[in-house]
Parts: sequence; structure tokens; C-alpha cells
Amino acid sequence: MSAVATHLRPDPLPARMSKALPIAESAASPSAVEVPRVPLRALDQLWFQVSGTVCNLRCGHCFISCSPDNHSFRFLSRADVAEHLRASVSLGVKEYYFTGGEPFMNREVLGILEDTLALGPATVLTNATLLPQRTVDELAKLAHASIYSLELRVSIDGVNAEMNDAIRGEGTFERAMEAVGRLARVGFLPIVTAMQTWPDEQTDRILRSFRRVLAEVGYDRPRLKILPPLRIGAEAERDRPYADVERVNHEMMSGYPADQLLCSSARLVTAAGVWACPILLDYDSARLGDTLKEAVRRPARLAEQACYTCWVNGAICANLPGFTADAT
Amino acid sequence: MRTPRLDVGKVDPPSFRRVAAFGGVYSNHLALEAAIADARSREVDAMVCLGDLGAFGPNPDRVFPLLREHRIPVVRGNYDDSIARGLDDCQCGYTDPRDNHYARLSYRYTLSKTSRENRTLMATFPAELRFRLGDLEVLACHGSPRRTNEFLWESTTPTHFLDKLAADAGADVILGTHTGIHWTRSWDADTGGRRTYVNAGALGRPANDGRTEVWYALLEVEGGGLSVEFVPVAYDHRALASEMRAEELPEEFVATILTGWWTTCLEILPGKERAAGRW
Ligand SMILES: [Fe+2]
Repeated sequence: MSAVATHLRPDPLPARMSKALPIAESAASPSAVEVPRVPLRALDQLWFQVSGTVCNLRCGHCFISCSPDNHSFRFLSRADVAEHLRASVSLGVKEYYFTGGEPFMNREVLGILEDTLALGPATVLTNATLLPQRTVDELAKLAHASIYSLELRVSIDGVNAEMNDAIRGEGTFERAMEAVGRLARVGFLPIVTAMQTWPDEQTDRILRSFRRVLAEVGYDRPRLKILPPLRIGAEAERDRPYADVERVNHEMMSGYPADQLLCSSARLVTAAGVWACPILLDYDSARLGDTLKEAVRRPARLAEQACYTCWVNGAICANLPGFTADAT
Repeated sequence: MRTPRLDVGKVDPPSFRRVAAFGGVYSNHLALEAAIADARSREVDAMVCLGDLGAFGPNPDRVFPLLREHRIPVVRGNYDDSIARGLDDCQCGYTDPRDNHYARLSYRYTLSKTSRENRTLMATFPAELRFRLGDLEVLACHGSPRRTNEFLWESTTPTHFLDKLAADAGADVILGTHTGIHWTRSWDADTGGRRTYVNAGALGRPANDGRTEVWYALLEVEGGGLSVEFVPVAYDHRALASEMRAEELPEEFVATILTGWWTTCLEILPGKERAAGRW
């Protein structure tokens, strides 16, 4: 086997798109011109903000600044989720995703996953610091009982405690790595997800280090996903906010395959309404309605600068980014 | 040379009882030849190929005489579309740099080794084919009825999603490939009647199951009902491996042919399918 890097970050979009990048002249504030709109092509992904903005950690790069005391969004109950799962059937939803906050803060999360796995594949985005053996065993039972995949996406933002804990907090590297080992031992292949905080030329080295440290906890064929930074929320202060020119405009959308963008095929259900994507929780522009029914009819507006990151990289939040434009 | 039109609508009779469906061939002409012989021995009324003639294997032109001789219609796969149009890449839908590295290697090889005549023929492949199996309306496509390069894996494809695809396409049976691993599911439609999805797998390489055989799907109507059988095809895989080495194709690909385990394109696999494999 080759030692070439194996991670899920997409290759940059085709050259003609990056050539469309002389954004300096064409950048305009969203109020000056109408922002590009993206209609929903099909509701392939239904996301649930199952623990609101409540998280046991207080990460320095969180795009929605989740924390133990951020109660701007409350938890979804098992009944809330079940109602949306029922509605998702006639909408033809293909995949279900669970995020927060930290999903395992929600005591009903295992029941929610059980209900979901009866219908389709489920992915949980977790910091893996609340996964004792008992919970891991329950998850394994749910995974074995379903014909559908249960994916655990574990955020670890460095290859050692020094690098990770500076962002995610004291002791989190060790706790998350131990949980990854527990997950691997019961047969899961968690997708370890790291936000890129290093220059591109270090990526290969970082990925090699990830493979080595993951093998040390017993995870010897790791799936790795590198995310570009989203320069909003806490991350805007930790590193830098977006530059003025980093914004999607109409020219950038001409000839661009809009199905690369998550909002062309996804919606996020929260306790306070339905959003265009899981990133833009703090932005009213991304709230598309009180109900899923309303939100699937309304197009998403690429009004925020975080949309620029998605435009450059494709649907970064999905397990696999969006498809290239149809051949036909 | 006259190119026979590969069009299932021209085949008599238009409604069949027993059909063999071949998934991605990936230039594996030895497996295609063995599969055709196997299907003929089972007295099928028709054979259909679901696209992706090239990729992965050696000497892409060698599959065309077989398809012509047996008048096998071909649905256009993403690979066929790319090769026909001479695009920059195979539109396989890979997202991982290592997967893309190998995809580029085999795409460049296949594009340079496919004759102009065969590329012209590929440009005529339809995006879908429809035929009847008994009273059932069958839609044969490559990825999904809505997208040529959509992956439909068993563990990430909900039944209600399939039902919507079938309802939107007005089909009782959807036949596809593109993922390379065969599976099938039948369910009761809300509107009454039974619907079925069949992923025919691939003839081009093994199904990541540690066996060197490749697979095709045999669909048959008996008394109104549909039966689906996946048929393992043993072929001279060592000869294919030698041919691949002679063409200097990556040793990782050869290993897959010889062991039955995928060594590349792994990152597109969902958790369950990945866990079932070796790598
Ligand atoms: Fe394909």
C-alpha cells in the first residue's frame, strides 16, 4: 500500500472556477446587490441540531461559539426528531446528520439514533469526550441492528495534546483518542475530523502523524477528514475574520455547479426553526422558516462570508462533499 | 466496419422473462467474456451493460468486439461520457487525494488507449434504457435515474429514497451500478405493487469480499414476481493480472484482482461497506 495521504478534503474545484476569482473588483456588500440564491434541488441531507448550542467544551475555533452556557438554541427532544423523521420519508431524504453543540449532551440521543437507523443512515458529529465504554457498546448495538451505516465523526484538532488542547481545551486530546480506541475496538471506523490550522505544505506530515497516533490507540485504518477554517464565531477571533473580498457574488456563481453547495441539498432542523445549513446558526439570513415544509420551498441565500468557504471547497460538512455536475 | 446499433428497444421481443445485467466492466474483457458465456448458458433473453466500459483494467478496446458480437446495449456511465468527450477527468466522484491519484492514472491510460472509433460509439450510449420484464417497467441507468455518478450503497440508501426515485422515474425496477458492490432490495410501494432496486455490482473488479470472482445480476419474472440472483463469475484473473502488469498499471490495482480486496477508492465507502473489506 502506498503511503500517500488519505483524507477526505476535496481537490480544489476545477480550474475555471478558481480563475473566476479576481474578486477584488467584483466584491460588493450584500446590501448593495441582491445576493445569489440557491434553490433546494432535493432534500438529500437532513441535519438536526440535537443538543442546541450546548457543549461540554469551549473550543477556540467554534463557528457558533458553543459552550456549556450557550443556551441560544435548546435541545431537540426524541419526539421533535421523530416528527421530522416521519416528514422526511415523503421528502425522500437520503442521509441524516446530528450535530450541536455536543450531541451526547442530549440524554435522548441513543433513542434518536435508534429511530433514525430504522429509516436510513445516520452520522453523529461529536467531540468524543462523552463516550464511556457503556455508550460505545450501546452505539455498537444500534449499528449492528441496522442495515444502514452509523458514522461517528470525531473532532480532533491536532496530532498531540499540545496542538489539540490549545484549541479544544485541557485534556481533550487524551479523552477523544481513548474514545476513538474504544470505537475502533467494537468495529467502528470513526471519521476523524480536523480543522486545518496549518499551512498546506504541512498537510502530508500532519496526516502521517495522525495515522501514527491513531494506530497507537488501536485504530489502524483511519478515515481522516480535513476541514478548512470557517472564519466566523470564535474562529474569527482565534485566527482572523474573512477579508472583505471573501464573499460570493453573482459572477462567481455563473457556470458554477451549485450542487457542490450543501444548501442545494440539505436543511438543518433546530428547536428555533429550520436553517439552510449547519454553519450559519448565528445568521438570520440563513433561517428559512419555522417548519421544514417552509424551509424546503425557500432558496438559500449566499449572503454570509462563510458561504465563500463552501464555494471554494464544496459541501465541507457532508461525509462526502457534493457531486460534480451531472455528466448528462 | 458497420457499427451495430446497441439499442435494447430494437431487440425482439421488447418484453423479456430473463435478463442479465452487467455492471462496470472497467476494461476487464476476460471477465466480460466469461460473464457473457455464463449468461448465455442460462438462456437469457437479453443482456444489458450499465456502463463504465473503461477504467482500472488493461487495453480498453478489447471489450468492444464482445459487446458488438453479442449485441449488448450499453447505458452511458460517467467514464464513457468522459472518454467520449475527452474530458479532463473520469467524473467518478472521488474526493480523496489518494483515490484521485489512482483515478487520474487509469483515466489517462484509458483515454490514450481507446480508439477514436470506440470513443465515437460511446458518445451514442443513452443515459438510460427502458424495457419490460414480464409486466414490470425496468429503468436501467448507471448511478441513479437522477444522476449518472450518484453512489447508491446498500448501507446509505434508504428505502423511501429509492421509492421516490422509482416513483419519479415511473419504474417498478431500477437497475444501476457505479459503486462496484452488488446488492438488491424490494419493498411495497405506497401506491401498491412491489418495487425493486438492483445494483448489479461490477464485472471489472471483485466486490471487496476477498473473492477473486466478479458478479453480475440475473433478473427473472416468474408468475408475475421478480427474482434477482447475483451470479459469481470465475475468470482467468491471473491472465488479467499479467496483462495489467504488462501495461504497467499500478500494482495496487493488480493486488485487488488477485486478492478480491479493494486497495484504492476506499474513501468513498460508507462505514459498513468499508468495515467489511480488508483495507
Ligand atoms: Fe461509474
